[in-house]
Amino acid sequence: MSALEPAVELARGLWVTFKSIFERPVTIQYPEEKRPVRQRFRGRHVLKRYENGLEKCIGCSLCAAACPADAIFVEASENTDEKRFSPGERYASTYEINMLRCIYCGYCEDACPTEAIILGDNYELSFYDRQSAIYGKEMLLEPVPAASMLTPQKVEPGVFT
Amino acid sequence: MSKQVTLTIDGKSVAVPDGLNVVDAAKMAGIEIPVFCHHPKLEPVGMCRMCLVEIGRPVRDRATGQFVIENGAPKIQFMPKLETACTNKVEEGMVVLTQSAKVADGQRGTLEFLLTSHPLDCPVCDKGGECALQDLTMAHGPGKSRFIFEEKMHLAKMIPLGELIYLDRERCIQCARCIRFQDEIAGDAVLEFEDRGRTMQIISRSEPGFDSIFSGNTTDICPVGALTTTDFRFRARPWELGAAPSICAQCPVGCNITLNTRREAMTNGEIVVKRVMPRQNEEVNEIWICDKGRFAYHYADGKQRLTKPLVRKDKKLARASWDAATKIAAENFLKEKKDFVILASGRLSNEDLFNLKTLADHAGGKAYLYSHMAGGELTALVGVGAGTNFGAMGQGTTIVVVASDLYQEAPVWYLRVKQAKERGATLIVLNPRATKLDKYASFTERYEYGDEAKAVHDLTKNGETAEAVLKASNVVVLYGSEGLGVAGSQSLATACAKLLNENGFAGKSNNGLIGVWERANDQGAWEMGFTVEDDLAKALKGKAVYIVGADPVNDDPKLASALAEAEFVAVQDVMETATTEIADVVLPAQAFTEREGTFTSGERRVQRFYPAVPVTGESKPDFAIAAQIARNMGVILEGMSAVVVFDLLAETVKSFEGLNYARLAEVEAQLPVAGRSDMYYSGTTYANKHGLGAHLSGAATRGEKVSIPRVQKEAVPHPKDNELLAVPVNQLYHRGTTMMTAELLHERIGAASVSLHPDAAARLGVQAGQTVNVSFNGTSGAAVVKLDDSIDEGIALVPRSMGIAIREPVAAKVKA
Repeated sequence: MSALEPAVELARGLWVTFKSIFERPVTIQYPEEKRPVRQRFRGRHVLKRYENGLEKCIGCSLCAAACPADAIFVEASENTDEKRFSPGERYASTYEINMLRCIYCGYCEDACPTEAIILGDNYELSFYDRQSAIYGKEMLLEPVPAASMLTPQKVEPGVFT
Repeated sequence: MSKQVTLTIDGKSVAVPDGLNVVDAAKMAGIEIPVFCHHPKLEPVGMCRMCLVEIGRPVRDRATGQFVIENGAPKIQFMPKLETACTNKVEEGMVVLTQSAKVADGQRGTLEFLLTSHPLDCPVCDKGGECALQDLTMAHGPGKSRFIFEEKMHLAKMIPLGELIYLDRERCIQCARCIRFQDEIAGDAVLEFEDRGRTMQIISRSEPGFDSIFSGNTTDICPVGALTTTDFRFRARPWELGAAPSICAQCPVGCNITLNTRREAMTNGEIVVKRVMPRQNEEVNEIWICDKGRFAYHYADGKQRLTKPLVRKDKKLARASWDAATKIAAENFLKEKKDFVILASGRLSNEDLFNLKTLADHAGGKAYLYSHMAGGELTALVGVGAGTNFGAMGQGTTIVVVASDLYQEAPVWYLRVKQAKERGATLIVLNPRATKLDKYASFTERYEYGDEAKAVHDLTKNGETAEAVLKASNVVVLYGSEGLGVAGSQSLATACAKLLNENGFAGKSNNGLIGVWERANDQGAWEMGFTVEDDLAKALKGKAVYIVGADPVNDDPKLASALAEAEFVAVQDVMETATTEIADVVLPAQAFTEREGTFTSGERRVQRFYPAVPVTGESKPDFAIAAQIARNMGVILEGMSAVVVFDLLAETVKSFEGLNYARLAEVEAQLPVAGRSDMYYSGTTYANKHGLGAHLSGAATRGEKVSIPRVQKEAVPHPKDNELLAVPVNQLYHRGTTMMTAELLHERIGAASVSLHPDAAARLGVQAGQTVNVSFNGTSGAAVVKLDDSIDEGIALVPRSMGIAIREPVAAKVKA
């Protein structure tokens, strides 16, 4: 081993350090800046709507049945043409997900017969108390572009039955 | 035991009773043959073709009639095609194949056809999760359909057959189970098929729609979601429900039920009863319950529930602690000593009644049962007892029904009596007017109101009925209170008891007297020594009254004014009533859904009910409240455990001897096999895993000397020229406090009515549907006129608990 060898090794190491001065930084300035999520990311749930604003959810409770963490609670009621939430006879009058219980497995998505529940890309979930970890239907439903598309809607008789 | 037949099913040799069909025989052997239209309680029709199997029969030699033996075994000849297992009866030596490729192909084909026009509604269908079509499609169906989705039949959905039952035409698979149930079992043939082929549909032929008090049962046996109840519509999915065994508290039959429970957002996440389902007990209700039992359970979860003890302060009811409220009640009861009266209703459990009776005995007070019907001390003597089974009554049994419209008063007994007749029993109906049971009666005898006891006495005097009664090996008498008050029902009960006792029809199983009481546990109250009081108003006036589970203020203005003059009134109930409003102390009790206990049914069967939902507010079980009051009066009663109270009861009251909670919870295998594991076969009824109950012993059974008092003839009031004799009749759906919370039934309850003979109506100048005023003894009320030509011209039928306070026959004025 020559006497110079430690110095050479040191220089080699520092060269790597020196090179990185000219590289682009990978740091993302969260929360000012957000990194886009991957296509299959499973974040907070969203209850989807059809183009006319009617809810896709029919309150069948299959998501709750599929949920391994028992995080979902659904109650259904009957639609009328005066107060229509979803096409068909039935809609979810209560829809709650306990986000503290949810393990984001996506089984609810799989179980849904109308593709109403989707695990979205929101991962920023934090709560001050347990009660606020329970997301109700109004928090889960997709926002609508116009107020006229909000549910319940008054519709022509016979169109959505 | 009937003749046994040995056959081979899937290589398994099984011995079954002769006359069984192959489906039921296979079921007994634990082999499942899928069915849609067949139901073990109905006659087979072979409509759905789901039960197709291969059946082979041994070949007989034509000359000798002996089996042809081939290779040492009988030669079996199979039919070239599949046969329906439900319409083929078992035969000696039969060979059945249920698992062959040919059978599987047949089942797959049948399902594929059924699914061609069945909608993919499962997520929104109330039957989803307990659906025969779902289950059998999973087990036997094709994975894919060869039919195009767009070509499915689209038919009307959500058709109300009546206000209680919805029909979804798309979902119907035309198995006709509902039609056959109504025709064969309920005897109300109101449903029918209309049209044919693919447009065949179920329709209701009655007005109002689906006019049957058994309509809810069709939703249980419907193998798809075509028939669903309005009550349970979208209220929960079947798999989410908890199930608690219970006993129906609506009438003395004591049907076994299961309460399905679930959390509800509307009630802040509390667990509530979502629906009532039947629970199998072949000796009581089989797998059926009536619509009152199914839909009138809402009072227990009603908004009017009492949650806290209340005490009257400055003329207002104010919240109080349990200690304070019970102390005040106790002090007042002690103060009045002999003038202490307990008025308890048959809605209470045996444990409650026992504690109340013991309290009355120790405190020197009186314990009255709140009822208009007497004779319970006689049913305790010569009532039916151990071994009695309505399901076994048939040839050799004579059933006498007197002064009772069983269809309206005890619907499931109506079914059982009707069945017994169909099995060969003799049915004698004694009633002053036509009732639904007349249709099935072997003998129908009419008498005039007031002649009930005489009619029973005459039964053994003249020809045919005398023979039917005296030559029978078993006689059961069901007596009711149609047209009778306390005195009248007492003399009728005495006459019935005499008839049974003198002719040796007491003290044996399947023999004896049954009271068609007003409430679930009236019989239990009688066993414990409660009595009824004819002049209740007088008995309450100026006394310290402890009312438990009754609402006399709402029922009768006379009792209301009597209670206004009472020294002190403590009311213990589950909900706010007109009586709690006038009370000095109000004590909140737990409903039967929230606690455990036992009821004694009219046929003297003690059955347990279990807690299903959490307790409302600070309410306590009735026996515990009674014990707390008793303690403040210096009487020590058990107030913690219903089990212990029952043990004490069994030690004290002779007819309860030998019974305990463990004995009541015993079960044994029942036929047909029913339960949640095979919903395609017997429907969605629950299996009985929590007790079939046990009979009380009667004095006659215990070998004690039974002496029946002389019949006291009661005087019938004589109406003047411008008056009619108003007689009380009992109606299933009435305006009682607990019924009115079931909003779904309001339409069926309707307005108060008065039934007149068409001639009497013409004489009074009134027509059917017109509202008239009925008045008697200072009571009056509006009633809608109905015409009934089976009654006498001088008679006006006034239903009880419909707003006109009628206790017994009375001369009344009817004015337009």
